[in-house]
Amino acid sequence: MRVNFTVNGRPQEADDVWEGESLLYVLRERLGLPGSKNACEQGECGSCTVRLDGVPVCSCLVAAGQVEGREVVTVEGLAEYAQQRSRGTGACGTSLDEARWWSAQGTDSGTGEGTELAPVQQAFIDAGAVQCGFCTPGLLVAADEMLERNPNPTDADIREALSGNLCRCTGYEKIMDAVRLAAARQGEAV
Amino acid sequence: MDFLRPASWEEALAAKAEHPTAVPIAGGTDVMVEINFDHRRPEYLLDLTRVGDLYEWEVGEDSVRLGASVPYTRIMENLRAELPGLALASHTVASPQIRNRGGVGGNLGTASPAGDAHPALLAAGAEVEAESVRGSRRIPIDAFYTGVKRNALAADELIRAVHINKADGPQQFSKVGTRNAMVIAVCAFGLALHPGTRTVRTGIGSAAPTPVRATVAEEFLGAALDEGGFWDSGRIIPPSVARQFAELCSAACNPIDDVRGTAGYRRHAVGVMARRTLMWTWESYRGTDRATEGAA
Ligand SMILES: Cc1cc2nc3c(=O)[nH]c(=O)nc-3n(C[C@H](O)[C@H](O)[C@H](O)COP(=O)(O)OP(=O)(O)OC[C@H]3O[C@@H](n4cnc5c(N)ncnc54)[C@H](O)[C@@H]3O)c2cc1C
Ligand code: FES
Ligand code: FES
Repeated sequence: MRVNFTVNGRPQEADDVWEGESLLYVLRERLGLPGSKNACEQGECGSCTVRLDGVPVCSCLVAAGQVEGREVVTVEGLAEYAQQRSRGTGACGTSLDEARWWSAQGTDSGTGEGTELAPVQQAFIDAGAVQCGFCTPGLLVAADEMLERNPNPTDADIREALSGNLCRCTGYEKIMDAVRLAAARQGEAV
Repeated sequence: MDFLRPASWEEALAAKAEHPTAVPIAGGTDVMVEINFDHRRPEYLLDLTRVGDLYEWEVGEDSVRLGASVPYTRIMENLRAELPGLALASHTVASPQIRNRGGVGGNLGTASPAGDAHPALLAAGAEVEAESVRGSRRIPIDAFYTGVKRNALAADELIRAVHINKADGPQQFSKVGTRNAMVIAVCAFGLALHPGTRTVRTGIGSAAPTPVRATVAEEFLGAALDEGGFWDSGRIIPPSVARQFAELCSAACNPIDDVRGTAGYRRHAVGVMARRTLMWTWESYRGTDRATEGAA
């Protein structure tokens, strides 16, 4: 079957999609967007986390046919997404409607190159929260969404928001540091 | 495989009537795991995510009509006052990503003994609104679970909504697992006090082939509270009564040994959760709900 949907602000068309295929497979294997990772295909690890109509979900558990006409943001589009958000309303939280009028501009949605990193991405680098990096894309998408909803998260809020994302390398402390750092910088920017 | 994409409830019912073997897919958090691992190759997938009605809820006089696909996240955010037991149970399901997609309709469709909604539904009292092109019916929650991962739905039926009694007293939900997030219950327990009818209801998860109520324990406790005048006095429940309630809840289990725990552990843990949830709910009944009557 054919599936039409929007990825990182651009209309996309995937052809010859098998009816039982996941959104994760379509993104990685048909649209050339390998940022979302496949580590379990059963919703346990969160490395495939994307936003579907603004909501963080495991793309491995979304059937490709379910995204027809919907909007998906992957880690490749995160920098631009964050940039549009801060332009729109100041760095401090965006409603879903505001998030929706976001549209992509001339960068490469395949690699995310050509844009500055999102604050949460920069914070992961600065805090040393990336080791092998396999969990990172999912964590970035989940953390960015939490910071959008909750600009001043407590440690408990961060742990809760990231409880669906597993990391086998870091022991999570540096990830906590990174999200705290991103929140603090977001606060300063206002 | 065919992907059916009904745009309305009527279309969904028509599609299910035409293809009774079609597998409905809502949040996909059970269905997609089975497909990804090749445990299931349905001839038809029936996508319910375009049926807007299934994502709505209505708060009525005595009950909440909860659309089958309302995600757990929405229940936690919006229905904590009306459905405290279910909201607590929802919060223990998996992770934010899963709670953003999965809902009670899917939990009922799968009808796993470990599903977290079930103890809360059993304790609160609920009816499943099932519909087909033949008509609509209400299945009492006690009659819904018919075997391990089996339910009372006919092949052409879909779940439209669940009617859950609004809380008329404190409710609790407790779950045993190896960590906080992302854990299938080793066993779980739901308790609801119903001061209006002076009854107590329970729900036990993962400790029998289906979710079950501990009806003997409910009757024992109901009688003990009534005869002792506890509902009026708000006195502390004597340890002997709590102990016997816990033992009767353990006795209502019919568990198995599996990788998550032994039958003996499950029986024991259900007793512990029964006693604790009784204490928590009774404290809250004595405290907030009857504050003016100044309990002992
Ligand atoms: C990583 C992970 C962790 C999990 N942890 C938990 C947990 O802690 N507790 C828990 O209870 N569950 C857990 N689950 C299981 C799952 O998330 C729940 O059972 C959820 O409620 C399913 O809802 P869904 O909408 O995603 O169902 P789907 O997968 O879409 O459907 C599930 C079943 O219900 C049927 N169905 C769906 N909607 C209807 C309808 N309207 N009418 C008739 N049939 C219907 C489907 O055909 C299917 O058989 C977990 C799953 C994953 C992947
Ligand atoms: S690949 Fe989707 S949650 Fe692990
Ligand atoms: S950095 Fe390796 S899994 Fe997280």
